[in-house]
Amino acid sequence: MKKFINNPANVVVESMEGLELAHPDLVKAFYSPNYMVRKDAPVMGKVAIVSGGGSGHEPMHTGYIGRGMLDAACPGEIFTSPTPDQIYEAAKKVHSGAGVLLIVKNYTGDVMNFDMAADLLKADGIEVEQVLIDDDVAVQDSLYTAGRRGVGATILAEKITGAAAETGMGLKELADLCRQVNANARSMGVALTPCTVPAVGKPSFDLPDDEYELGIGIHGEPGRQQLKMEPADRIVERMMEPVLEDLPFKADDEVLLFVNGMGGTPILELYIVYRKAYEIATRKGLKVSRNLVGTYMTSLDMAGASVTLLKVEGRMREFWDAPVQTAGLRWGI
Amino acid sequence: MEEFTSESALKWCDNLAEIYQQKKDELTELDRQIGDADHGLNMARGFTTVAGKVNGMANQDIGTIFRTVAMTLISTVGGASGPLYGSFFLQMAGKAIGKKSLTTNELSDLLQAGLQGVIMRGKAVVGDKTMIDALSPAVRAMEENKEKGLQEALNEAAKSARQGAESTIPVIAKKGRASYLGERSKGHEDPGAESTALLFEQLAKSVVI
Repeated sequence: MKKFINNPANVVVESMEGLELAHPDLVKAFYSPNYMVRKDAPVMGKVAIVSGGGSGHEPMHTGYIGRGMLDAACPGEIFTSPTPDQIYEAAKKVHSGAGVLLIVKNYTGDVMNFDMAADLLKADGIEVEQVLIDDDVAVQDSLYTAGRRGVGATILAEKITGAAAETGMGLKELADLCRQVNANARSMGVALTPCTVPAVGKPSFDLPDDEYELGIGIHGEPGRQQLKMEPADRIVERMMEPVLEDLPFKADDEVLLFVNGMGGTPILELYIVYRKAYEIATRKGLKVSRNLVGTYMTSLDMAGASVTLLKVEGRMREFWDAPVQTAGLRWGI
Repeated sequence: MEEFTSESALKWCDNLAEIYQQKKDELTELDRQIGDADHGLNMARGFTTVAGKVNGMANQDIGTIFRTVAMTLISTVGGASGPLYGSFFLQMAGKAIGKKSLTTNELSDLLQAGLQGVIMRGKAVVGDKTMIDALSPAVRAMEENKEKGLQEALNEAAKSARQGAESTIPVIAKKGRASYLGERSKGHEDPGAESTALLFEQLAKSVVI
């Protein structure tokens, strides 16, 4: 394994230090417990939006701190949810009196730790709303599993609610908007290679050279099915079919199409994925009004991609277009 | 009459720090098969910190010691294991406030409370392929054998925990990250059940006479 690593035990903290040095105008880092906040937090009168999760998914979540997106993010160890004290301290630091919205990806550990943090915040008299993101259609038997995982929709929910919060939207309405984004979004991912957790030093699952994993999450966990490698267009068809069927998306729906790289796939290939996903969506009669193509939510060095479709309704397009100034997403400034 | 003392509680913590450090790669390998390859790392990090924190607490009551263990696990382990093992020790702590020694009967009640704490937090039942599959039979064995004295009851609990962990191998996971694998989770032991079996085996080696 060849990595830019000094000591596997220090990767999270050293990366936080680098992010703060690169963007001193945007973020401020705190350690023990680890969290990062918006430079100008707390923003008076605005609901504070806090998210977090295991590290290894950069730029999510620390890369989305700033105007128009998150007020704070709590990076856990690699692929391990943050602890309640991190989330509690981060929320206290950015809370301006207008309440706290916690955006949580639906993974067993994340849910438990955010629940405990929410209890601590409520005990301090702080108004808290939690929204669970669970857009991954690869998980079929939701009743008999930990439920669908939160994947691509997380970025879209953070961007859209982040912009809405800047307009002074109240906590309850903001949480409802966030839930609506989640309800309207569906995702599916594939891995061409596993990823390597620094402290483990070997691939997160075994995948023969001529096969790929369909239906992966973002933690290097194996997917539902291993298939023989095939041309890009066929792989994209296999991702898009379950996504389209699930909501279901219908002709004339306005959609945002998000193609995400898992960390080890070149942008060149992501546009080949987008090309086919766009063709499939438009052939079905969907109106692709907005898109996002790039590496926004990763599994360390995994080669692979995910597609997310969001049915755009209400003020979602307006909030998507609104200015955002973060390390990972920037426009309209 | 053998009793479980504050000294035993500290010995348990030290034993756990040692065993999770020793079995770190093994637990992580189990997790690599059906999870996300970090369980051994997280348990080793958590209990190494615990051993440091409780060092020198021999004069404290068992409630205070277990409360320290719980808070340390909750803030250092992360993932699901932090809140789950944290809840286990926190609920046990609640039954041992002010007590520097516990009878076999009292320790059995503590473990029962710990089990309830884990069930409340994780909402898993026996057969879901989780730590409950080892924890639940261990606590039952402790209860059923408590008349045989502390050491014998703990030995039975450890044996049941080990059998429980092994029983997860042919099962399809219904909770936690392994549940995403469906059929493919069959044929692998649950890493959380394994770390719970280790927890009870070390508990059985912690009685200080």
